[in-house]
Amino acid sequence: MKYLFLQNGDSALTVQFEKEISKEINGYVTALASLTEQANIEGVIETIPTFASLTVLYDCTVISSKNLKKKLSGLIENISAKGDSLVRIFDIPVCYDGEFSPDMDNVCSHTGLTRDEVISLHTSKPYLIYMLGFLPGFAYLGGMDKRLATPRLKSPRLEIFKGAVGIGGEQTGIYPIASPGGWQLIGKTPVLVYDSSKENPILYNAGDYIKFCSVTRKEFDEIEKQVLDGTYKPEIREARL
Amino acid sequence: MIEIINGGMLSTVQDAGRFGVMKNGFTQSGAMDSHSMKTVNVLCGNDLSAPVIEMTMLGITAKFTDSHIFCLSGGYFSPKLNGKPIENNRPYKAEAGSLLQIGAAKSGMRCYLGVSGGIDVPLVMGSASTNLKIKIGGYEGRKLKTGDIIKIGKCSYVPDMTKTAEKCDYPDHIKVRVVLGPQNDMFTDTDLKFFSKQIYTVTPDLDRMGIRLSGIALRGKNGMDITSDGITFGSIQIARSGMPIILMADHQTTGGYAKIATVISVDLPKLAQARPYDKVMFDIVSIKQAENAAKKEKKYFRKLAER
Repeated sequence: MKYLFLQNGDSALTVQFEKEISKEINGYVTALASLTEQANIEGVIETIPTFASLTVLYDCTVISSKNLKKKLSGLIENISAKGDSLVRIFDIPVCYDGEFSPDMDNVCSHTGLTRDEVISLHTSKPYLIYMLGFLPGFAYLGGMDKRLATPRLKSPRLEIFKGAVGIGGEQTGIYPIASPGGWQLIGKTPVLVYDSSKENPILYNAGDYIKFCSVTRKEFDEIEKQVLDGTYKPEIREARL
Repeated sequence: MIEIINGGMLSTVQDAGRFGVMKNGFTQSGAMDSHSMKTVNVLCGNDLSAPVIEMTMLGITAKFTDSHIFCLSGGYFSPKLNGKPIENNRPYKAEAGSLLQIGAAKSGMRCYLGVSGGIDVPLVMGSASTNLKIKIGGYEGRKLKTGDIIKIGKCSYVPDMTKTAEKCDYPDHIKVRVVLGPQNDMFTDTDLKFFSKQIYTVTPDLDRMGIRLSGIALRGKNGMDITSDGITFGSIQIARSGMPIILMADHQTTGGYAKIATVISVDLPKLAQARPYDKVMFDIVSIKQAENAAKKEKKYFRKLAER
């Protein structure tokens, strides 16, 4: 596979794979991230996986850029162009009811779909988490049906509620915390993507999948109660994709 | 303990930063000026990255409820202990009941207060740093205000009270060393010449997230948009306007604009002390030179700690 090293000053090195957003290339990124973690290279602090690259933060007084490149090249050789692999799928309940979907009408009129068709397409398949960024736990998801694509709002909202599920262009995602944003909001999840009280405060990692599941308002309230009690267990399945 | 009588403009608890969670989208946080953070800690006999209080433009007024050894560094904020002027970069002993008054910035932008034993706040994801955006870390995830009672850690080592550190001055013309990349290949030779030869001006649009500069716009070969990739403290992003934004401690973890160059780590403290309308020039160096500068700085602090 093709890759380049890009230097980020003296404290980070980016491994850039082919510049395309695809499941295959992103798989290399995720694989290299976990190989790097396992390798425990002295001087490496952490990694940031993104669509097609892995940024490795390191202490240059412990390992030089030159030596880090050698180590990473060795790891990259161990990435196998894998076929279908075992992945985690998180079933995320979403209530698409009116009060949680202020922009459903925009999406329907732009796409020409009915509300039920929007929900059915949005929940039709698992979406790959290409990367996390922008906000803690904000997942850049791939694979949404292009028929759902709707441009962002002309003027962004100053505050979008926590758990909001929206569409921005060809992307879809969840707002893990209240934040300004311009996405078209079509639902809300009661699940906490970001929970500061947990040791691992973010529910999922890059490389996992999310599948949205439509729930009624009553089910939403029940799950929200479990979340508040701390008794809610997220639905995680393993599958070959 | 320290009781805050006035929290100043923007005073937060910071350490070296929150590491290991950037992959989840958490910003690095930490002291903007790591040199000053390390200085106060060494002079207080603490670990280099023990939690300190970072003050911006206007410092705190506080009462020491017990006796403590403390030190100030960074910008000169006309500090007084019990009404008497004191200096930066040397330790002082405050008796119980002492009043510390830290005024407005005479030089620099940020002043650091270290206390022997370190500021004691609960660690969140391994760090004491305050992340104001998501309200975690530091003192209740927020800036300090009147009435806050700040705990101080156990002091395991009595520092040498005669020790001092070199003072930094903060000129209004700042030369900053950078390493080209990660996306310097997206810029023309003319762009690179403009980038390295022109004198940029710091705009008032500067905070813990980043510093926006103004100057002659860079054009890029094919726009500034990239497939989002990782950002680091010191990345110099060129926005669509062609103007640079230097990303600082509270930067987002990923971004979609081309990064022409990256500030070398030992020069970041200069930028942390930059004020609006200061002038900035970029000096392109090799990665080897950047590594040597980082090693030299590490040696400097090791020596300062030994002495």
